[in-house]
Amino acid sequence: MLYALKIASRYLLASKAQTALLLLGVALGVFIFIFMSALIGGLANYILDSIAGDLSHVSITAEVEEPALLIDQSTGQILLAKEKSAVRQASVRDEAIYVPMIAALPGVVAVSPQITGAGFMTRGAQVSQVAVIGVEPGQESAIVQLQTYLVAGSVRVGTGLVVISQTLADDLDLSVGDSIRLDTGPGITALLTVSGIYKMGQGGFYASSAYVSLDTARTLYALPQGVTGIEIKLADLMEADATALRITAVTGLNAESWTVVGGEVLSALRAQDQTGILLKTFAMVSIIIGIASSLLLSTYRRKAEIGIMRAMGASRRFVVFVFVSQGALVGLLGGVTGAGLGYLVLSQFPPRGDANPGVMPIDITEGAFGLAILLTVVIATLAAILPARSAARVDPVTAIGQ
Amino acid sequence: MVDNLTKTYGTGEAETRVLRGLSLRMDRGEFAALLGPSGSGKSTLLTILGTLMQPTSGGHVMLGVDLTTAGDRALTDFRNRHIGFVFQFHNLLPDFTALENVIFPTAVREGRETAAARARGRDLLGRMGLADRVDFPSTNLSGGQKQRVAVARALMNRPELVLADEPTGNLDRASAAQVMELIGQINRDEGTTFLISTHDEKIAATCRRQIVVGDGMVTG
Repeated sequence: MLYALKIASRYLLASKAQTALLLLGVALGVFIFIFMSALIGGLANYILDSIAGDLSHVSITAEVEEPALLIDQSTGQILLAKEKSAVRQASVRDEAIYVPMIAALPGVVAVSPQITGAGFMTRGAQVSQVAVIGVEPGQESAIVQLQTYLVAGSVRVGTGLVVISQTLADDLDLSVGDSIRLDTGPGITALLTVSGIYKMGQGGFYASSAYVSLDTARTLYALPQGVTGIEIKLADLMEADATALRITAVTGLNAESWTVVGGEVLSALRAQDQTGILLKTFAMVSIIIGIASSLLLSTYRRKAEIGIMRAMGASRRFVVFVFVSQGALVGLLGGVTGAGLGYLVLSQFPPRGDANPGVMPIDITEGAFGLAILLTVVIATLAAILPARSAARVDPVTAIGQ
Repeated sequence: MVDNLTKTYGTGEAETRVLRGLSLRMDRGEFAALLGPSGSGKSTLLTILGTLMQPTSGGHVMLGVDLTTAGDRALTDFRNRHIGFVFQFHNLLPDFTALENVIFPTAVREGRETAAARARGRDLLGRMGLADRVDFPSTNLSGGQKQRVAVARALMNRPELVLADEPTGNLDRASAAQVMELIGQINRDEGTTFLISTHDEKIAATCRRQIVVGDGMVTG
């Protein structure tokens, strides 16, 4: 059907202004599609990076141990109530066995066994409540990208060192190199040196946190064995639910996906994604309407020519192919033009990761250029079917008589 | 050959019977004029003979093929291979050159413009005195030139029958004579059958047979 393709391109070239306008319309539709893809995708990535990016994607928390039953059951006494131990920390034992098992699972990027607890930091007469996070030295940035939030010193949690938040530093008037006393329980005190200060934009938990080494945390919380939890980072945080289930299946531990607590973020992202799909659908519908109406007009204008072709022995199928080819050509040319335009515009935005706050977080890699071109060719071809069928139904006798 | 053809347009009060039992037999190589007043059914007869329309009743057989029972696809193929058309208003494709117009019937059948088709198209245009207009856009040709291109196009697939509906009706006397001369020459050289609908007695006189249609029937 090369010949039908030749006629289709000839028809498009014959009405240059009309074809140019049609291509411009299609290109704009494709541009909107690509722009919306890059914007919605970029926004989703930005939200995930800034909100869920510093979260542990899967958390393993220790289950609180049942308190030992001290009453003699043989005497027939009834247990009326039991209380959680206010002293004993719940812990995940044998973390040394579990950590390599979890690290070997597909999609797992980092595994960080941690000991967390509460405490008080004291400097002179100033006292601040603090959330203490004990991590293995060298694993400070495994879950929270501490390195990127560092404002002073270094992210180092060796023996006797602590990395504190800017809020704590301000409250206690601390700077790198200063000493601080940390109390975590009755009679447990450690004297630590501030090795680094970080500042995270989201406040909350991390605003009053202090990072120490796992060994320091063991001392502070009298936990010679085990950890209070294991935090896990994944390559794809959307895989968290499945990975959490897998970890529970493999280890028997209580693994929880970030989506359990970050469900609202996920819902917001889904809503945003649906909005994007709706807008992209509108863009594609406008392309369909544009091409269908233009080709219908062309069918009407070329009625006599279609009649001549039919009289000369062109089959209905040939006529259909001529008009469907026009649709496909318009889709391809408009798609490529729109994609090129999209690339030109999107490349003006800073790449993902370099985006400044306040600038639209557009991600060119989310532009879906190939999909946009492919979809445009397909829907342009489909949009041409109605005009093509109309053209094929032209009665040659009536058409030539006109 | 058509036998006892009838053709009716519309229904009820708007019904118009154009052909009323028309029968006609033509032999290979004939050069015939179709005469008759306006509304006599000449154009309808040509349209049915050209397989562009089916009769309401009656038989239509050409080259041993019963065309009254054939479907659209078969009729289209038959038309492409065996019938050529020359219309009063040339009816060339405006976005094509003279050569592209001429080779259209072959290209549409073969799905591409072959070298052989181009060669035949050039040869035909040369015989029509248009060798220097081969690559001209059809819109840049004069009326007479356009009609000669249309004749060349009608002959492209070496059809057995060429139907010409007032082929000189829109031309000046000199161009009309030139076109008729060319048609006559093709008929003599290649034995192609021509049926030429015309009002012009002089044109009709150049044909070897005159068929007169009146009131939907052959009257002479």
